[in-house]
Amino acid sequence: MSEAAPPLLAVVGNPNSGKTTLFNLLTGLRQKVANYPGVTVEKKIGECRTQHGKKLRVIDLPGAYSLNARSPDEAVLRDVLLGRRADTPRPDRILFVADASNLERNLYLLSQVLELGLPTVLVLNMMDVAAHKQWRIDIPRLSEELGVPVVPMQAISGQGFLELRVAISREDLPAPRWHSAPLPEDIRAALHRSLDSLASAGAIHDKATLLEPLYLMADHNPLHDGFEDSHLAQIREAREVVEKAHPGWEDQLVADRYAAIEKLSAKVLTLPEQEVRTFTHRLDQFLLHPFFGGAVLLGILAFLFFLIFRVAEGPMGWIEEAFAALGNTVTGLMPPGDLRDLIVDGAINGVAGVVVFLPQILILFFFIGIMEDTGYMARLAFIMDRLMSVVGLNGKAFLPFLSSYACAVPGIMATRTIDSPKDRLITILIAPLASCSARLPVYLLLISALMPESVSAWARAGTMVGLYALGTLGAFGFAWIFNKGILRGANAPMILEMPNYKLPSLKAILLQVWQRAKAFLLRAGTVIFGMSILIWAASTYPKDSALLAEAEKIEQRIESLETSGDEAALTAAADEFAGVKSRQLAQSLAGRAGHLIEPLIEPLGYDWKIGIGLIGSFAARELFVNTMAVVYAVGAEDEEDMTPLRERIQQETRADGTLVYSPLVCVSLLVFYVFAMQCVSTLAIVRRETGSWKWVWFQLFYLSGTAWVLAFAVYQIGGMMGW
Amino acid sequence: MPLTLAQLPVGQQAVIHSMPTGRAGLTRLRELGLTPGARVRMVRRAPLGEPIEITVRGSHIAMRNHEAADIAITLE
Repeated sequence: MSEAAPPLLAVVGNPNSGKTTLFNLLTGLRQKVANYPGVTVEKKIGECRTQHGKKLRVIDLPGAYSLNARSPDEAVLRDVLLGRRADTPRPDRILFVADASNLERNLYLLSQVLELGLPTVLVLNMMDVAAHKQWRIDIPRLSEELGVPVVPMQAISGQGFLELRVAISREDLPAPRWHSAPLPEDIRAALHRSLDSLASAGAIHDKATLLEPLYLMADHNPLHDGFEDSHLAQIREAREVVEKAHPGWEDQLVADRYAAIEKLSAKVLTLPEQEVRTFTHRLDQFLLHPFFGGAVLLGILAFLFFLIFRVAEGPMGWIEEAFAALGNTVTGLMPPGDLRDLIVDGAINGVAGVVVFLPQILILFFFIGIMEDTGYMARLAFIMDRLMSVVGLNGKAFLPFLSSYACAVPGIMATRTIDSPKDRLITILIAPLASCSARLPVYLLLISALMPESVSAWARAGTMVGLYALGTLGAFGFAWIFNKGILRGANAPMILEMPNYKLPSLKAILLQVWQRAKAFLLRAGTVIFGMSILIWAASTYPKDSALLAEAEKIEQRIESLETSGDEAALTAAADEFAGVKSRQLAQSLAGRAGHLIEPLIEPLGYDWKIGIGLIGSFAARELFVNTMAVVYAVGAEDEEDMTPLRERIQQETRADGTLVYSPLVCVSLLVFYVFAMQCVSTLAIVRRETGSWKWVWFQLFYLSGTAWVLAFAVYQIGGMMGW
Repeated sequence: MPLTLAQLPVGQQAVIHSMPTGRAGLTRLRELGLTPGARVRMVRRAPLGEPIEITVRGSHIAMRNHEAADIAITLE
């Protein structure tokens, strides 16, 4: 390549400063989203052109309050700005986005960034809010003090964008002039001592500055779940040296920095005599009101439930129908055989099993996008925090967990809004305990088998509510256990910024929804697809040629009977056909696996046929119902109608003549389904969101283990008590 | 006993007097602008009593009583 790569411009700023809006303005739709390797932090890169038509690469770095990193997001920012990440080049220029209506706090990170010495343009965003608060900012003076161009803007309306383009197009962007107070002498001396040992260990790249060791040592959790640094021991040691030389050194540095910022803001910022009440203030009076605020919250959550349960149902049905129609078309076009079965029953079904999640994911992320972009999400966390703190979580975990009642897949994807890695991991681990909508058909079938028609509808509904409560209780119990014991890492204190309310940017939200959906299809989708094919193959192969020949004969008979119109003979033939299918399933790999696990599930009261159903559930829990219909050779005319299956399983007996589905077995099965981890889609998304198989296996075993133990207890203790 | 931020009545202003050093959570609060000498106002308490919302240097920050109880204040 003869031409050098275009300069890299990094967009940096506090959370809620309008950074991403600005990035979208600059790059339009030309942006790529990926993860920084090893961590679940989004990396967004795009392109734009300067006024003179030259190309600029633009990277949207994660929002942060400080280079003293406290989260994976902040650690990524620090490492990219210091040129410590092998996967991302050090930026050539910086576009710092500051919230003008919150100037001093934003100047804190800005002053840290300016000291790194990279050419910088400062955008003062949300000038309208500052004006409303009657804050007067002396922009020429600010620019002079900092030594960088300052552009006042309103990113939402695009006001000031032209001036911004001019500023970032400058070839001769100066290095900033700002310097905070010099480091206190003893801290400086201690840093110098550590610098030498860190540099000789290869932990830092640049010996010319004290900033790199400073920010590395200020990071209390350098691992941040996924950050690999072979120099942790050295960094920790160096930290102890500095700590000994000057106890409380970090707090000293913060105080010094704010002292410098106060001096600066005294020169450039004029506040009104009396604080002006803003729109945000008035809206919060209502939305955080003890009564009205709670009512609005309940209304919003009810609406969300309505959307993901009811509204998503329509498109999900269409997707299933469309793929079924596609399957039928292919069946008609291709000659019967293994290839046709692979395409229709394996591949098309597998794709359908992935795409069917899209309506819920799209709706949930659109909703979350609106809540975050308007600023309501922080209020939701504010209201729910006390409740979640009972089990050691914070308010931000509430919405992802709640969403898991529809489906754990979008719920787990939504945990990205939780910034504490420990809280996020706990939420991911307990999410499958929320009884998702796929369990509903299983619950319905078993409850109807458990309770005769004569039992009132209220008792059935009560049982259903009890199952949901059991799952929720389990989720909270495990959250408490994980928080107390199993997971390492200190609990980050709950500190939540309450941003100003603003109008959501529809374009940005849609863009993000699309990016999330794409990531789901590409990353999790491939795993779900692969697993569906595996499960299909296991329940199809090996084929028994005698059974196949028999099935073919019956099919031909059914065809000829259909023309003759002999209803009784037709029903008999259909029953016979279902019987052949049942025998085929029984001798398939899945059927044999059912036999294989029988010793394991016998203490829970299940036979090998139920074992096949449990295995079939791994593709999706509701498949239990379909699998049992095949196992028991129930040819239902209407798939939605469970009555024939219910009647059939109520007659199922063991060799000794006792009922298989005794009330006790039904309860044991219900308890098993509440707790068991039986969903490959969830496992696939957990793999993607935690970045490791370790947590996938942990979740699979702790949930299924709990399910087994509890179902065992129900069946054995119930049996002893003579039920 | 000096008053702490957790005890500040809603709507009242105060100046941060002191806070213990060397605690990670409090260091982050300092970085968000809650340094000794800064002026704070209690905006509200959440419906269930916690967390609290305060305003400092023009920004609004919510925290739990646990952290706020470590921040000594003097009333204005």
